[in-house]
This record gives sequence, structure tokens and C-alpha cells, in this order.
Amino acid sequence: MADPLHQFQIQPLTPEVVVDVPLIGQQTIAFTNSHLAMTVAFGMVVLFLTLVTAGAKVVPGRMQAAGETLFGMIDGLVDSIIGHDGRKLFPFVFTIFLFILAMNFLGLFLSFTATSQIAVTATFGVITILMVLAIGFIKHGVKFFTLFVPSGVPWPVLPFVVIIEFVSFLLRPVTLTLRLFGNMMGGHVALKVFAGFAVIAVGGAIGWLGVPVFILSLGMTVGLTALEFLVAFLQAFVFAVLTTIYLNDVVNLGHGH
Amino acid sequence: MEAEAAKLIGAGLAMTGMIGAGIGVGNIFGSFLTGALRNPSAAGSQIGNLFVGAALAEALGILSFVLGILLYSA
Repeated sequence: MADPLHQFQIQPLTPEVVVDVPLIGQQTIAFTNSHLAMTVAFGMVVLFLTLVTAGAKVVPGRMQAAGETLFGMIDGLVDSIIGHDGRKLFPFVFTIFLFILAMNFLGLFLSFTATSQIAVTATFGVITILMVLAIGFIKHGVKFFTLFVPSGVPWPVLPFVVIIEFVSFLLRPVTLTLRLFGNMMGGHVALKVFAGFAVIAVGGAIGWLGVPVFILSLGMTVGLTALEFLVAFLQAFVFAVLTTIYLNDVVNLGHGH
Repeated sequence: MEAEAAKLIGAGLAMTGMIGAGIGVGNIFGSFLTGALRNPSAAGSQIGNLFVGAALAEALGILSFVLGILLYSA
């Protein structure tokens, strides 16, 4: 059977160039298939939004309605969680949502999923948490640390609660990163494993038993592909929801709950 | 036991952590359906909470999955 992990390998598409980066040292850079997938995703998002807003009408057509649904969904989400101040943060959440959605969906059409690379999802997690820290410190200064001190906790257990809150805050970017990475990678591994069963059955390695095995595993592949479309959307949505919740913690510090 | 075999057994054992995530996610969706069938008019407003809860429960299972993959490909 073909190796189900082979699809996640980064392959350079152009000749590799060794450059000297200050502080980091020598790095080999090239235009890779991961880079290509992200560039295509970026192009798709820009093209989609340009198309849906090109001939904007009061009564939307099919394309414009699709764009307005996506826009309205994130707008309603940010508005209902953060409230009045959310308008300023909407572009950030909408950008992350659309970019992840485009990369997830393209992974089902191309042979490479950019969001199944931990480096890509970690970048999103780090950007999100840096945004939370920056807003927290700019808006509240040192009072940002009251985020770790929930109100209404009896004083004997307060030190433990503060430690737990602090550790769970540090784990936020890690779980953001690993959830998206794990879901995309797990789904694609499962797809390739069942597709590999179908290939074995066709190869005749198990005789006439291959006929029911082929039918079952191909049916499973089709079903899993449908499920992967749901997961691709859901994970982008969940990332947007959690980003909004983490931003809400610092925007409405102390009176958000 | 050979180190290669122990590594693969360890990767398989790490995957058992997904059991907890499966129970958790099933519990969340089951409870949501129970509540939604009793009060369908309030169900729509809780969809966001539903998916956040499912995502948080699933994240812990994904941690064990990542550990399993790390052991498998180490």
C-alpha cells in the first residue's frame, strides 16, 4: 500500500537557494508545493471577494448572496460575542476565517493541504495570541493580568485558580494550532488509507474477496470525502469562533461574562 | 522486544486517548439534541456554543492523535 503520510511531504518546485538569514543562520529556501497551495488559496479569496462585490445590487444574485452569507455569518458572530467594539476586530477574524477556509477546501481538490502543515497552523495560532496580548496590553496596561484572577473565587483556592487560568491561557495557541492541524491531517490520512484498500483490492492480492472489499472501501472514500467538506468548513468556523472568544476576553476585560 | 515493535505498539496505545474525546463529543451532541427537542425555539441560538464545546473536547483527543503520529513517524 502507498504510504498515507507521503501526501504531507514538502517538495520544492524551483531550484533550492541557500541564503544567510541574520540571527537564524543558513536557510534553504525554494518555491514549494505548500507555498503554491497557499498562494492559490490567497488568489481564490481575492478573486471570490472581487467577483461577489463587482456588480453589487440591492437584490443580490447567486454569487453576491454567497459572499453576503459568509460576511454576515462572521459579522453576526463577532457582534454577538464581542458586541459594540467588535466592529474594529471584524477584518482580522474575517481574513483568518476566509484564508483557512480556502486552504481547507483547496486541500480537497489539489493533492496538498496547506493547513495540514503544523508550521502553517502554528503561524495562525501565534498571530492570534500576539493580537490578544497586544490588544490586552495597549487597552488595559498592567490591568491585563486581572484576566487570570476570576471574580467571586474564595481566597483559599485563589492561587490554584490563578495558576490554572495562566496555564490554560498559555495552552490556547497550542490547542488552536493542533486542532486545525490534527483535524485536517487525520481526515486526509483516513481518506488515503481507505483509498489504499481499494487499490489493493483491485490489484487482486486477495482474490475474489477483493470485489466486496473494493465496493466497501470505495463507498467509504466517497462518504469520507463528503464528511471532509463539512470538517473543512467547521474547522475554519471553529477557529474564527475561538479567535473571537479570546479577543473578547481582553476587549471586555472584567465585564465580558 | 524490538525497539521498532515497541514504537508501533506505543503509537497504537497513544491513539486510545481518542476514546475520551469520542465520549466527550458524543455527550455534547447528545445533550444538545435532548435539550433541543424539549425546547426547539432556543436551539438555534446555542449552535455556536455547541460547536465551541465540541471543538474544545475534540482538541484533547487531537493531542493524543498528534502524539501517536509523532511516535509512528519518529
